[in-house]
Amino acid sequence: MTNDKGVILTEAQKKSRRRRSLAIGLVLAFLVILFYVVTIVKLGPGVMKKSELPAITVLA
Amino acid sequence: MSLISEERTVRADNLSGFAGVEDYWALLKPRVMSLVIFTALVGIVRAPGDIHPVIGFVALLCIAVGAGAAGALNMWWDADIDARMDRTRTRPIPAGRVEPGEAMVFGLLLSGASVLMLGLLVGVLAGALLAFTIFFYAVIYSMWLKRATPQNIVIGGAAGALPPIIGWAAVTGNVTLEPLLLFTLIFVWTPPHFWALALLKKRDYERAGIPMLPNVAGDDETRRQILLYSLVLAPVGVAPFALGMTGWLYGAISIALGAFFLLFAWQVYRKREGEAAERACKHLFAYSILYLFLLFAVLLGEGMVR
Repeated sequence: MTNDKGVILTEAQKKSRRRRSLAIGLVLAFLVILFYVVTIVKLGPGVMKKSELPAITVLA
Repeated sequence: MSLISEERTVRADNLSGFAGVEDYWALLKPRVMSLVIFTALVGIVRAPGDIHPVIGFVALLCIAVGAGAAGALNMWWDADIDARMDRTRTRPIPAGRVEPGEAMVFGLLLSGASVLMLGLLVGVLAGALLAFTIFFYAVIYSMWLKRATPQNIVIGGAAGALPPIIGWAAVTGNVTLEPLLLFTLIFVWTPPHFWALALLKKRDYERAGIPMLPNVAGDDETRRQILLYSLVLAPVGVAPFALGMTGWLYGAISIALGAFFLLFAWQVYRKREGEAAERACKHLFAYSILYLFLLFAVLLGEGMVR
């Protein structure tokens, strides 16, 4: 059997690859959410407050 | 061109492309991981001071993933041994579903990620302890001790005993007597637990060429050592109460559980022939898991109502 399309995966292999890709995607999405939540937790409630520093006056 | 393509097409059937998500999950040794999560949680809950629930969750997640990564590295290194043992020959690498190199990269990636995350998001000491645990299990135990000495699981047991210390360090940033006692408890528990299994799986270990104590020193000596370690384990199990770190509930339960442990170990020591001997080993192995689980469950319960 000759073929110039390179490596040909079987249907079962394609299915496994799809499931692996989906799992990697879910893990990455979970990590994005986790890092976001941890960042908010680490910064504390102060992150929601507007800056209390006086505004810089621009002299014309 | 056609020759090369044909070769590549043929090779496609032999690729490990069938590896499913469950195979990578199996590389993490989920049953070991669940014990690690449980004991680390006890370390976190019993540690004085507060930890934000999200940070506590991150700590547990990192410890679990780090333990899983060490498991994957162990399976990569021991694939030749696993292929010769009935208990392990269906694991993803000996079964041909995952390439050894893939398991190694998987283990290294997860090791690095879990240590970095724990160190940066929770605490440097906890991250360093996790890194040491992975190194100890993958390198000191798997690559060196396991094939070199019958004391392999005695010294290697330190890796399995570290999670409560990591959990404690994640909260407090230091290590005191109580987490060291929890470490000692798991450390002393490991030999009788594993040697009960080693007596049952002696032929398996012999076929794989692993110098477990029954294969090197014989069954009688193994039974003697099981009894000796159990004599040490029973008081170590009571020590957290004796030193005033726990309440009466733990004290009473640890005394009762320790007495039963000694009873099961005595049965293993006494019954040396036939089915009765095999049954005694099975009972001790099963009871040893229950023993550790119950002790840590009471520690967890007392820590939560404190």
